[in-house]
Amino acid sequence: MALTREQMAQRVARELEDGFYVNLGIGIPTLVANYIPDGIDVMLQSENGLLGMGRYPTEDELDSDMINAGKETVTARPGAAIFSSAESFAMIRGGHVDLTVLGAFEVDQHGNIASWMIPGKLIKGMGGAMDLVAGAENIICTMTHASKHGESKLLEKCELPLTGAGCINRVLTDLAYLEIKDGAFILKERAPGVSVEEIMEKTAGKLIVPDHVPEMTFDAE
Amino acid sequence: MAGFDKRVASYEEAMEGIESGMTVIAGGFGLCGIPENLIAEIKRRGVDDLTVVSNNCGVDGFGLGILLEDRQIRKILASYVGENALFEKQMLNDEIEVVLTPQGTLAEKMRAGGAGIPAFYTATGYGTPIGDGKEVREFNGRHYILEEAIVGDFAIVKGWKADRYGNVMYRHTAQNFNPMAATAGKITVVEVEEIVEPGELEPSQIHTPGIYVDRIIQGSFEKRIEKRTVRS
Repeated sequence: MALTREQMAQRVARELEDGFYVNLGIGIPTLVANYIPDGIDVMLQSENGLLGMGRYPTEDELDSDMINAGKETVTARPGAAIFSSAESFAMIRGGHVDLTVLGAFEVDQHGNIASWMIPGKLIKGMGGAMDLVAGAENIICTMTHASKHGESKLLEKCELPLTGAGCINRVLTDLAYLEIKDGAFILKERAPGVSVEEIMEKTAGKLIVPDHVPEMTFDAE
Repeated sequence: MAGFDKRVASYEEAMEGIESGMTVIAGGFGLCGIPENLIAEIKRRGVDDLTVVSNNCGVDGFGLGILLEDRQIRKILASYVGENALFEKQMLNDEIEVVLTPQGTLAEKMRAGGAGIPAFYTATGYGTPIGDGKEVREFNGRHYILEEAIVGDFAIVKGWKADRYGNVMYRHTAQNFNPMAATAGKITVVEVEEIVEPGELEPSQIHTPGIYVDRIIQGSFEKRIEKRTVRS
């Protein structure tokens, strides 16, 4: 079975470490905040200028001057800091953020990522994604392994215009967890009940399959 | 004697001198911390052929979105647009030129513009369409592209509190692009929720020192919320 969005978020959350400053993109990455393991403290960075993003506000706490990078109303947790967008991207570009999680349309075996533009469709912009992928050394891409028509999104070479070149080193899809190293995807884990053969079939880029590929496990909900 | 007193009496006076064809840098992120009354004054004046530099372009009927109604914007530099139907329509009809700019690069272009730095190298956008045609240099084995600074004829800024001398503080994440925008205008106009006497603001808590600010006005604000998310 392919992973659900919640399971994908749960799996990414296991990569969090105590004391990490983390930037979570829109979509599945945002859900990661719901699965931060007990006993681990992470500080969420929102690129509009907030380090220490808290929960959504109650009606009483609602404040139009307090939003995240997705323009949603949020709160600041105790110990948060607020600053300008230039300061925020100095943190990002300067490599101070420990982990970035973001979605993608395509990634390739060289660590290139395409996530912002489909030619011929309306282009709304890259927001902060290009700065995030250029600045972070530690990025996890969350995406579906293949399109609805079964076409692989893990490619030899990205076909869509890039968001960043050679910057992605880990990918979590609905089928597998993979690393990217030396021009190849390395299969590290597979979703429960998903065969190595299916992953091989749906990976267009070069794929290295170790002798043993463990199955992910999830707590019963 | 006005001295350092930057106050103006009306929005008309606040935007005095703005002309068609000018470049306007605006603070704000989404609808948060936008100079909503200064934008409304630009609309009222009917100037057009404007180049606008702002992270976003408002929504239909609010923020910079209202300048689309009479096609006052010819060109916009932004990182994310198209939340508004009118913008999409004008973009698809080539009625507005859109220069999509990575968010951090946009912030740094304003910062550099205000700081007297004509251009800077950044890894952001290298190897992507954003880097096409731009100078590339290698430093310590990494590639960087050259991005040029921006200076505006006007900068329009939304602050929280200011003193009469134009020292400004911002509130929460309404800070966003405002401090950089404030430095990058040949004429910088700041609208705030409250103007206080010099000495009432703690000097070390000032975000934008008055030296950058030419005009200041106290207004009232709708502060519309774009995405209202609450927990029960």
